[in-house]
Amino acid sequence: MIIDVNVSLSRWPNRRLPLDETPKLAAALKQNGVSQAWAGTFDGLLHNDLAAANKWLVDQCRSVDEKLLLPIGAINLSLPAWEEDVRRCYELHGMKGVRLLPGYHDYTLEDPRFRQLLSLLAEKHMLLQIAVRQEDPRTQHRLLMTKDVDLKPLLTLLSDFPNLPVILLNAVSSSAVELHGQLAAAGKVYFDIATLEGLAGLERQVQSLPSERLLFGSHSPFFAFDSAKLKLQESELPAPRREQITHLNAVKILSDL
Amino acid sequence: MIWDLHCHLNGIPGRTPDEKMARLIEVADRMQIERLVLFMGAPFLIAPTPEQFREQNDQVLQAISHWHHRAFGFVYLNPEYEQESLQELDRCVKDGPMTGIKLWVAKRCDIASVDAIVRRAIELKAIIYQHTWLKTTGNLEGESTPADLHALASRHPEASIICGHTGGNWELGIRTIRDLPHVSVDLGGGDPTAGLVEMAVRELGASRVLYGSDVAGRSFASQLGKVTAAEITPEEKQMILGQNLRRLMSPILQAKGVRL
Repeated sequence: MIIDVNVSLSRWPNRRLPLDETPKLAAALKQNGVSQAWAGTFDGLLHNDLAAANKWLVDQCRSVDEKLLLPIGAINLSLPAWEEDVRRCYELHGMKGVRLLPGYHDYTLEDPRFRQLLSLLAEKHMLLQIAVRQEDPRTQHRLLMTKDVDLKPLLTLLSDFPNLPVILLNAVSSSAVELHGQLAAAGKVYFDIATLEGLAGLERQVQSLPSERLLFGSHSPFFAFDSAKLKLQESELPAPRREQITHLNAVKILSDL
Repeated sequence: MIWDLHCHLNGIPGRTPDEKMARLIEVADRMQIERLVLFMGAPFLIAPTPEQFREQNDQVLQAISHWHHRAFGFVYLNPEYEQESLQELDRCVKDGPMTGIKLWVAKRCDIASVDAIVRRAIELKAIIYQHTWLKTTGNLEGESTPADLHALASRHPEASIICGHTGGNWELGIRTIRDLPHVSVDLGGGDPTAGLVEMAVRELGASRVLYGSDVAGRSFASQLGKVTAAEITPEEKQMILGQNLRRLMSPILQAKGVRL
């Protein structure tokens, strides 16, 4: 059983992807043993009408397989009245969480609006996903260049929101091991494995981050789904730890909301 | 059959090349990888002196010394030192067990000293692996682009040349080397972006596409996943995962009397 916390629907801005049609993606996820996928939308990267993008996302999830696809709405803190998008995600669509894409939305986590968002989500018992990157900066389109999100400001905010689950997508790399450990210790911060690399990378990762804070995420359909799945084969983990990563941690996040 | 074109000792736990190699094989076994190609030692050196590249090659020679049934080595050279590189090529390939050449980022590959290395490689039937990247964020001074490789490869149609990392920005790399049938692409060392393998097969044909991981900077998993998840035929996957590399290596292995 797998819960994939890092999936996106719709089209990547500058490339067609083999699985960018929702029914095809859903079929591939099911074929790979995914029982639930937390799905954002690539439309959240560049669209300004996020109310429409999030409505489309919900409709897609419902029309294809609402048990499989759990919609996670996109929020852009640079937009006027972004709070209304949060309200609609929660009240109209019954979403469990929202996803931020700060690299594409021109703000940092030091922005006061970010703290406001944390307060809103904590109040509504929603989870937060932050996409730290979507694409390796070295391969980005010249006119769509973004930097990885600086997570240091998050560290000072977490103590005020001890029960808010914050899931950092595409964050794991060898360059920020110390900061990631500090974040995991400071709050309910989780990391997905989509960008985890290195020989038997999961075995190494559980030495620096507790397995309670790791989640299966594929970054599909931008990444090949098998990349994440084969990481479970490359590392030898005790079954309880493996199950935490594949689904138990995700189940607990939802049940604790 | 899985043959991995692109492995490094750097980043693998272990005090010695032998210890690192044992760990590499242990994990490769979990992924059903039969053969590994190793190049460069630890730590990575961008512009090694002759003394340093000899030492790096000695690490690889030691690492594969007990694993000739599982691993091959490519000799790491620095074209800034042409004569010393040619001598090292002879030491490790002509007179040693290595089967190919690795050129990294010391010098861009469109310079005369690389031509000398390629001519000697052709004589020895050695494969040439040239790192290439076309980085949106900017290349290192000595880092070759796919265009540099195209210029070099155009002068040596008899050589067996591999475009490392498919040029990094693979949509551009594939287009750049498409018209050179003696140039293959290495899939390794980049994010497991969906669509890469499909485009490479469509534009180059599956016979010019090679699986490589760039482990231990990357994982076997992320790089194998590019191929296993690709929307291509099972036959094409087999070619990419091992048959193509075996075919490319056959001339030099036969010359060395290596039976597979």
